[in-house]
This record gives sequence, C-alpha cells and structure tokens, in this order.
Amino acid sequence: MSTLSNSARLLSYVDALREGAAQEMDRDQSVFVFGLDVDDHKAIQGSTRGLLDRFGPERVFSTPLSEDAMTGVAIGAAMAGMRPIHVHIRMDFLMLCMNQLVNIAAKVHSMYGGNVRVPLVVRSMIGKSWGQGAQHSQALYSMFMHVPGLKVVAPSNAFDAKGCLIAAIRDDNPVIFVEHRLLYPLEALVPKELFVVGPGKARVCAHGDDITVVAISNMVTECLHARELLSETGIMTEVIDPVWLVPLDIETILQSARRTGRLLVVDNAWTSCGASAEIVAQVAEQAGPGAGIEVRRIGFAATTCPPSPALEAAFYPNPLTIATTIHQMVRPSAAPWYFEPERVRLACITSFRGPF
Amino acid sequence: MTPDSLATDDVEHLYWSIRRIRRVEEEIARLYPTDVIRSPVHLSIGQEAISVGVIDALADDDVIACSYRSHAAYLAKGGSLKAMMAEMYGKDTGCCRGKGGSMHLISTDAGVLGSSAVVGTHIPMAAGYALAFKLQDKERVGGVRVAAVFFGDGATEEGVFSETINFAALHVLPVLFVCENNGYAIHTPLAKRWATGELVERVKTYGIPAHHVADGDIFRIRALTAEAVASMRRGGGPFFIECLTYRWREHVGPAEDFAAGYRGREEMLPWVLSDQVPRLGAMLDAGTRERIDREIEREITEAVHFAEESPFPEIKELLTHVHAI
Repeated sequence: MSTLSNSARLLSYVDALREGAAQEMDRDQSVFVFGLDVDDHKAIQGSTRGLLDRFGPERVFSTPLSEDAMTGVAIGAAMAGMRPIHVHIRMDFLMLCMNQLVNIAAKVHSMYGGNVRVPLVVRSMIGKSWGQGAQHSQALYSMFMHVPGLKVVAPSNAFDAKGCLIAAIRDDNPVIFVEHRLLYPLEALVPKELFVVGPGKARVCAHGDDITVVAISNMVTECLHARELLSETGIMTEVIDPVWLVPLDIETILQSARRTGRLLVVDNAWTSCGASAEIVAQVAEQAGPGAGIEVRRIGFAATTCPPSPALEAAFYPNPLTIATTIHQMVRPSAAPWYFEPERVRLACITSFRGPF
Repeated sequence: MTPDSLATDDVEHLYWSIRRIRRVEEEIARLYPTDVIRSPVHLSIGQEAISVGVIDALADDDVIACSYRSHAAYLAKGGSLKAMMAEMYGKDTGCCRGKGGSMHLISTDAGVLGSSAVVGTHIPMAAGYALAFKLQDKERVGGVRVAAVFFGDGATEEGVFSETINFAALHVLPVLFVCENNGYAIHTPLAKRWATGELVERVKTYGIPAHHVADGDIFRIRALTAEAVASMRRGGGPFFIECLTYRWREHVGPAEDFAAGYRGREEMLPWVLSDQVPRLGAMLDAGTRERIDREIEREITEAVHFAEESPFPEIKELLTHVHAI
C-alpha cells in the first residue's frame, strides 16, 4: 500500500468498513446508515456494529423490505443534502433497486441540467461458498457499469475498503460499493485517521514482466495465490486491481499490457458483457491492432451458481485454474505445468464457514 | 365549498395561477403541430385545480415532487415560465439546460423537485426529502418543511406507492400524498386495473389520515392541504388526499382523443361544467379578470419569444453533467 502512515495497524476488511463509516459520521452530520438489519445484533456481519449506540436510531436504522422505495428515499434524502449509506446484505437484492438506481440516481444530475446531486453510497455484499447458490452469490456490478452516471467500486483489501468507503461517502454521485464476503476477515495495514482511495486509480498489487492479470474484488486474492503457485516456474505475473470499475483506470492496465504483451482479466462475475469484456475491449481499442496483446478472460461458469460443493468448486475461477491459464498464455508450447497438489490445496482453502 | 373568509387577493391569486396554467398549456397545444417543441407533452388541462389548490396552501420553501404530467404543479409552485418554455424547445436557457424536456421539469429555487417519467419513481423521492427535512429542521422557526407529491391513479398500483406510504407512516414523515385520479392509465380505465375503488380505505389501513375529493373543488383541496400542512409542521406524519379529476386531452400530445373509442366525450361534460377556471374567474369583477388575463397573455408571449430566441446548447454540453464534479 502506497500511502501508509505511522498510525497504520492491522485491521480486518469488515472493521475497516465500520471504522470508515463511523469516522465519516463523526465528521459529517449528514451521513446516515440504513438498510435491513443494519441495527440488529449481527450488524451486517459486523460492518455496522456499534454505529447505533454511537449515533442513535435517527442515523442508523433498519428498513422495511421495500428495496425499491428505500432506494428512492435514499435518493431523495441525498438530493436534499444528506449523505445516505444504503446497505444490502446481498448484491442480488439490488435487482429490486434497479429502477431507482438506473432511472433516477444515475440520471438526475444530467437530466436536470446539473441542478441536483445524489451523494449516495449503496453498499452490497457478494456471497461465495457454503452453498450460497443461485441468488446469494451474484456479482452484478457490470449492470451498473453500463449506465452513465453511476460509479462502481469493489475494494479487495482492508486499506482500500476504508479509503474507498470514505471516498464514496464524500463523492457527490451515486456509488455502488461492492464487498466480497470472503474478504471480510482479511487484514491489512490501515491508517487510523481518515483517508481516501479516490475514484479512477488502479493498484498494481504485484509486479511482473510476463503477463498482466487484472483481478476484480476477491479475485485479487485468488490471483495473488496463483502468482505464488507460478513462482516456481519463473513466470512473473503482474497483478492489477482496478479498485474502481467506474471510473476505470484503463491507462495503468494498458501500460502494463503493452509491456507484457499478455492480458488476462479474472473477474469475480460472469464474463459475458461483464467488467472483463469492457476492460479487454478498451485495451484492444486503445492499444490498436499493432500492439499484439494477447487477451483472455476467465470468470464464473456461464450458468447459475450451484450450491453443491462438488459443482460450486467448478463454478468459480480458483488459484489453480488461474495459474493454469497464465501458464498456457505465457508458455503455449510447453507441456501443461504440474502443480503439486498440497500446494494447490493450501492456495485454494476457503476459511469461511456458514451459515452465512 | 366557498370559504367565507376568503380574501379577494386570494381569489385573484388562485385565478391568476389556474388561468395561467390553462393558457400556457393551450399555447403549447397550439404550437405543438409546428414541431418547435420536440418533446412528449402530457398536458394537465382539466386537472389544474389540484396543483393550484394544494400548492396555494404550501410555503415557498416546501417542496413538491411530480410525475411527467407536471406543467401545472411546476407553474403553480413558482417555476419560471420562461425556463419551462425554453426547456420544451430544448434550449440552453431551459430549466434543465435542454437535458430534461417536458417530462423532467425542475426548479430548485421554487422547490420543484425534478419530475419523473417512470411512473411512481418520484413518490419515494419525496419521502426522502421529508426524511431529510425531519432531520434538518428540528430547530427551524415555523416548524418542519413539507414535501407534497403528486401522482396519478396508475402510480398507486406500483409497489413503490404502498412501500412509501408504509415507510412515511412508520417514520412519521411530513409528506402530503396527492393522488390525481383521472380514471385512466394512458388508455386503460380503472375498471380494468383496480379490484375495488376504495383507495382511500386502503391507505387508511396504514394509520394515516386519508381524504377523498370527488368534485374537483379547489377550495376543499386547499383547505385539506392547509389542515395537513399545519399538522406536519408540528411534527405530524403523512397525509393522503385522493382527488378525482378528468384529463381533457390525450394521454400524451396536444389533441383531444374522444374519437379513439376508449372513452366518450360525455364523461368530460360534468368536469367542463364544474371547471374551476371560469368558476374562479366569475368570483372576480370583470375589470380585474381582464387585467389578469392580459398579464397572462403578455407573459406567455414573452416566454415563447424567449424560448424561440434562446440558443441551443453547445455540442460540448453533451458530456457535461454525467457525473457531478
């Protein structure tokens, strides 16, 4: 992390989210947090814990199961000068908010000629493993990337979780804030004080000259594991986390891909019309036909997420499938690399236990 | 209903407001076939008394939210006629700088929240404003500001309507819900859409006051609004009014559509007979009425001229306002 201060200490992703929200609520009276169960004993897996006691029920409150209206309320409150954080325990439920997010939040600044602003943060979680299944596993951020007027961010570590949340709260636009459940317990050095990880800057997580791997959300972790697996082959993988999907820092990705000549985008979502499609298309267009950049994408299997562990394991990219793909791209004429099973098993361990 | 204590000034203002809206929309209808207005217009002709009656009982810094049929409420609340007309023409001087059109009028100065074309979307937006007012206005002299939201009968069928009423009641929000029930969602009558006509009874089950105005009486609408606003200023919760009314023109566009076959002209007749525009005019002396009429015609002429003379937005405006900066 590039901007560590002396105050940095190890903090989990979930605690970083909570700390960022609390510090912004302290600083700015217009910030409030609402959404189903933000004020209950589970506190959205702990990410809103303590906020009710500290800021009271007017600024931290649960809602009826009315995602459509609650999104409209958030937009109205934002237009009226508040800075709402609307929390959803699963991204799948954002489908119930699409009308308000796409038809109102994304558009009002433009269609009212700049007369109003919507400083709104929509937090939502992506689930994985423990049989989350068809409707608790979807990463639907590309749907929001399609619509001008929305910003989309998917931080992959605790430092970015805090910095991006603060940036999102202070942004005068609606921000779709995407959190992967498996990232919640992961720790990073996070400054105690307020700081922002602002829109439009990608993060180079690991350097390498052989291939550029762009990884989104939880896939950053998976790709770093894959990179580690590959170290014995001598293949040096550059791993880039876009952090913000809108606005997208295509320049950092493009420069890296030009240098390595290979671009693999590993998305925590389906590839069709997805973030990976957009990134590859932009690189191809901007690099031009003479650049000779080989491109590939991997993501969710093109089907509905199954809960059975046997099928679920094959649904997601994992360090082994990512490493195998990288090896094929970098050494296409070599025999497939044999990865030692115990190392693969360790790289693929998921510590999450249910029920949720 | 004619209040005993109504001052002549009040009647003058009401007449000016309602007559002005009627004449503006008639002028839009007259201009429309010339294609100077290339924006879908949903005229309020016949329905103006609801906007005028409600808004007359609001304060300047209260806000209103409206649907795509919003010309009447925008004008009644004090939105600039010139900026509205220029917006119709797609001009840079329009209230949305040519980026909204007829269905998306806004006036932040006058407290007109942007109007919305996807049915019902603006209903929770009004509740969001009311939530903000409740938090922001605790120490405010004169009490909390109020958000009034206008919507048609069709919008009450959207889930977001019931969701918002429930939330507003639960959180005791200062929202006035005003249903302009003109009996049709585009061309589909209530009989094909509602299992029962008891909208007010349905709303009452949320535990909020709900009233029905069957005759379009502007003074009754105004009095009910005044009662609602007085309560909300002191921390009272939401209030609902259903006003029956009638759309004299087609759903969208400048013309009548009685020849289309889905409704008969005889339906309109009682509403023409109870039209609040001549009713209010008849309460004034002829000299006053004619003076107001002349002022209105002059203002409309100036507004149309302003729209015609204003420049279109420059091409570089296409990509401004995508994000707030």
